Amino acid sequence: MCLLCVIIAVIPLLSILYEVVSRGAPFLSFQFLTNDALHGGIGPSIQGTLILIGLTSLIGVPVGILSGVYLAEFGDNKYASFVRAINDVLTEFPSIVVGITTYSVVVIGIIGSFSPIAGAIALSIMLIPIVARTTDESLKLVPNSVREASLALGIHKWKTTLRIVVPAAKSGIVTGTLLAIARIAGETAPILLTILGSNYFFQGFRSPMDALPLRVFRDARWDDPRVQAEAWGVALILILIVLSLNIAVRLAARGRHKR
Amino acid sequence: MTRKNANIGKDNAEPSSSGVKMQTIDLNAWFGAKQALKDINVSFKTNAVTAIIGPSGCGKSTLIRCLNRMHELVPGSRFSGQVLLDGEDTYAPGVDPVMIRRRVGMVFQKPNPFPTMSIYDNVAAGLKLTGSKKGRDLDKVVRWSLEQATLWDEVKDDLKKAGTSISGGQQQRLCIARAIALQPEVILMDEPCSALDPIATAKIEELIVKLKEEYTVVIVTHNMQQAARVSDFTAFLYLGQLVEYGDTESIFENPRNELTEKYITGKFG
Repeated sequence: MCLLCVIIAVIPLLSILYEVVSRGAPFLSFQFLTNDALHGGIGPSIQGTLILIGLTSLIGVPVGILSGVYLAEFGDNKYASFVRAINDVLTEFPSIVVGITTYSVVVIGIIGSFSPIAGAIALSIMLIPIVARTTDESLKLVPNSVREASLALGIHKWKTTLRIVVPAAKSGIVTGTLLAIARIAGETAPILLTILGSNYFFQGFRSPMDALPLRVFRDARWDDPRVQAEAWGVALILILIVLSLNIAVRLAARGRHKR
Repeated sequence: MTRKNANIGKDNAEPSSSGVKMQTIDLNAWFGAKQALKDINVSFKTNAVTAIIGPSGCGKSTLIRCLNRMHELVPGSRFSGQVLLDGEDTYAPGVDPVMIRRRVGMVFQKPNPFPTMSIYDNVAAGLKLTGSKKGRDLDKVVRWSLEQATLWDEVKDDLKKAGTSISGGQQQRLCIARAIALQPEVILMDEPCSALDPIATAKIEELIVKLKEEYTVVIVTHNMQQAARVSDFTAFLYLGQLVEYGDTESIFENPRNELTEKYITGKFG
């Protein structure tokens, strides 16, 4: 019975992988990966996705981890439970709403044009609650006796948190953060309205930029069946990036357990 | 036999000023609405081992956690009274609990080495993170602390190994070394052997007796033989009150209070 359920659960995943690989693999070539869109390549999309991952991590990871630390270590008050509740809501927030809000506030209001920064802000809004929660949960797994041991030595609370408790939860925090990044790397809705998409390589922080999910979206809507088919090639690259992040996390985690 | 005083809470120890390292005055402690300690007046003598005995839930642990201001870390806890260290109130306004904890070290019931640190770093952690290195050679302090805790010979070749990789008894001695490294004046021990086997227990007990040469030791134990073996003074707590306090020999051989006698002879607890 359980085996049946497992099979039912795994079939869609495997068939997606099979479709993407079998239809996408023929497109793979050096030109395809490095040329811009006008010369039959997806270079700008790959570059854009990597820039987005970088910028989003830069904004979202510190804010997310510090929020999580606050919730877990200093969160014994009403204010923190309010923040925790909001955080849980944000985790499940519809991503298109994040996109349209960032569009109206950042793209129209602050920057005045589509921008990689707007995209990174939208993705950070998706990333922060996930990272905050995973940090919060990892820190709660650290036994209280560890905190007490440190405090009883006359080590200040903040040093205890930063130097003793956070390092003890480090592997959980790193794993959770990388998985969160892998998740938002494939988001489409928040970046559709903030970086718009582009045929060209990065053109500055006040210009539209491309990303792999947007390219899949555009290619698939094209009239030309050849361009439609190309979407599989782009999807394959996107999946490879997300999967390799996942696998890297798992390998790192396993390596740590062996030691 | 003399008539035994059946009233508890009346036999509070007379604080004698000579050689008293720590002293509590009318100490009360609560967890939420539940009062854990009632008007405790007891003193702890310099270079002596004082054992606190009593049945589970009588407030032994709460008492020693008041001595280094760890009690107040529990959410919902309250406290009243005074705890004197060298005659000065550790709860006076303006006193930083962190500074008190550096002078009054603590060893816990379960060995709790820092999980991500090596044996060496566990001992060095307190010095590094309290900024109290002050030019002392870290290697020397680590070695000295481990020697004091009679652990050096067993781990000197494995200082880089994880603190959690050694046996439970060794971990507990590591925790003692970690506390000693900061050169506290008082060492509190909260049932330090309750998670250990008899051989490891014997080693820790030997160590406790040795430690009193340089420190004032307060040990909580539910093991009366242990109290009799290691301590110079014994305080018997029951239901949050101090029933009897005196030198260990007279408490065990000639208890003045009926409750003490019953507890020591194993009639309850």
